[in-house]
Amino acid sequence: MKKTFLLLPAILLLAFVNPGSEITIKGSDTVLPLSQKEAEVFMKKNAGASVTVVGGGSGVGITALIDGNTDICMSSRDLKMEEKLKLKEKNIVQKTVGVDALAMIVNPKNKVNQLTREQLEGIFTGSITNWKDVGGADQKIVVYSRESSSGTYEFMKEHVMGKKNYASTVLSMPATGTIVQSVGQTPGAIGYVGLAYLDKQVKALAVSFDGKTFVKPSMAAAKDKTYPVARPLYYIYAGASEAKVKAYVDFVLSTEGQKLVEAVGYVPVK
Amino acid sequence: MRKRITKFLEKIIESLLLISGTFTSVIVLLIILFLFKEGAGLFTNTPMEKGNVVALNKANQVNELTPAQFKNIFDQKIKTWKEVGGSSDSIKLFRVDDIASFYTEDQIGSNFEHLGACINDHISKTPNIIAFFPTEYAATGFQGKLVKLKNITIGSFITDKEWFPTAQPVAQFGVLSLILGTLWVSFAAILFALPLGLATAIYLAEIADSRVRNILKPLIELLAGIPSVVYGFFGLVVIVPLIKTIFNLDVGETALAGSIILGIMALPTIITVSEDALRTTPRAMKEASLALGASKWQTIYKVSIPYSASGITAGAILGIGRAIGETMAVLMCTGNAAVIPHTLLQPVRTIPATIAAELGEAAQGGLHYKALFALGCILFIITFFINLAVEMISSKHRGGKHI
Repeated sequence: MKKTFLLLPAILLLAFVNPGSEITIKGSDTVLPLSQKEAEVFMKKNAGASVTVVGGGSGVGITALIDGNTDICMSSRDLKMEEKLKLKEKNIVQKTVGVDALAMIVNPKNKVNQLTREQLEGIFTGSITNWKDVGGADQKIVVYSRESSSGTYEFMKEHVMGKKNYASTVLSMPATGTIVQSVGQTPGAIGYVGLAYLDKQVKALAVSFDGKTFVKPSMAAAKDKTYPVARPLYYIYAGASEAKVKAYVDFVLSTEGQKLVEAVGYVPVK
Repeated sequence: MRKRITKFLEKIIESLLLISGTFTSVIVLLIILFLFKEGAGLFTNTPMEKGNVVALNKANQVNELTPAQFKNIFDQKIKTWKEVGGSSDSIKLFRVDDIASFYTEDQIGSNFEHLGACINDHISKTPNIIAFFPTEYAATGFQGKLVKLKNITIGSFITDKEWFPTAQPVAQFGVLSLILGTLWVSFAAILFALPLGLATAIYLAEIADSRVRNILKPLIELLAGIPSVVYGFFGLVVIVPLIKTIFNLDVGETALAGSIILGIMALPTIITVSEDALRTTPRAMKEASLALGASKWQTIYKVSIPYSASGITAGAILGIGRAIGETMAVLMCTGNAAVIPHTLLQPVRTIPATIAAELGEAAQGGLHYKALFALGCILFIITFFINLAVEMISSKHRGGKHI
């Protein structure tokens, strides 16, 4: 009888320290709030499961995956060719867990309502500096951007600016919230923020990549893929750890998990 | 017996103090050593991230390019080889991701096993190409010509003007605009804070009666306790729009906004140190002045201020030191555009703000990481000289007192 008393806590202890049940997730700060929410609900539903979520940026997560320091890597961008090359022995699985639409925002007083990709490229690389060149008032354009460490900064460069560098006169802000604040109080301003950050202080522009159809950013437009500046948010993991992470990833992709995606402010994939 | 125990205890306390003193000094020295070691690593590298190369077709006359030329070529600002000393043909850019538009997936191989051969083939077929790809594909039997790039030097680091630490293929590490931005904002902050701080210190030390002083002094010291994020947010929400309206500017995030906030943040230091200095004026000296018929005001500026001049200077310099190292408030209200400032009504980027904003995601041991440490070294050298100046001025004061 006495022995079973001792055995019981020992078994419980073993169950908790068993490395197989502890999942670590690392990477993009954009996906971070989503993963935190998912992990919280997942752990509540599955007693004994343990999920640790760490931010740091997409690049940090991918490096951790390459070095084998994380089970799942969160990424707000596609893998670069060189990263794919480093990961080629791991048979990686890449799952889209949500979509983040990037809204181009201006001051509500601005007359301009829509821009093409080429015009956006010109504005962010510094070749267009006055609103009158894109159909607005005669006013200098003030460009707000995120810091160079942000995945959003890279995404803009890759997909909107034709891989060209930002102009050196671009103002870089430490957080997305400060971009909204600054654009809201500066008449000639333009900036980019995730869909979740849109509010009455700023006006979102309709954007066109083909020069013909202009689409305003919204949940619906990002869902049916008509809005062009949207990026998938990924979970990437090695084929070998599939068994370990399957329950969690399946939960994120379930109807309940996808509801949480929408609750955090991103677009669900299902 | 008791005496012995006390003696023994005293010995223990003494050695504990010695150990903690040594420990602190060693830690400080180690941190400085670490800072300079990491920073110095930058200067043994070219500004291209290791593991990548840039190659040209063999027939191209160009052999070497500067970092600025690389950036302009890949930004399509330089469009022909003529502008960098080659033929008049236009430049064709190639990044490894572009390979899919020249070769089919079968040719590349499902596991990229033929990628090297494809890149090699593409470079030898395209005379005006400039190709950027991982080093491992330029290994055996490579037909192209690798572009040479010089190491980063301390000279180019300090005098180059462009700061694009994550630019591909070649990063731009020019910190002149950051150094000037830092000095510019701090200098302007002192212009605001010094007269105001000095006036307050004189008022508190010489004019205010003790009741007013007992209320004002803790209030001013409270200013030092407000977190800098709060100052920064106050600057962004209140001062930035105010400056924009007053000067009718396009942007409110300017050096001026930063220096006003920094000025306010440096005030407690300046006031406390100068007030303490003014109070050290011997009573006998002041009374002698008054007895000779000088008015109260004459006594203040002929006796008290000259007597405590070195203390006041030390306060001002300590204030500058506080302003130069300040991070968060500046990060939030100066706009952080890395351009050389010409007026106060222009966005600037400071060294602390750059480190704070970028160190989080710079890959450890990478070029960007080392460049940020080198920036830290520059900041350390600046503040070191400021502290040295304080030390010299206050020791002069101590020496003069006994004459």
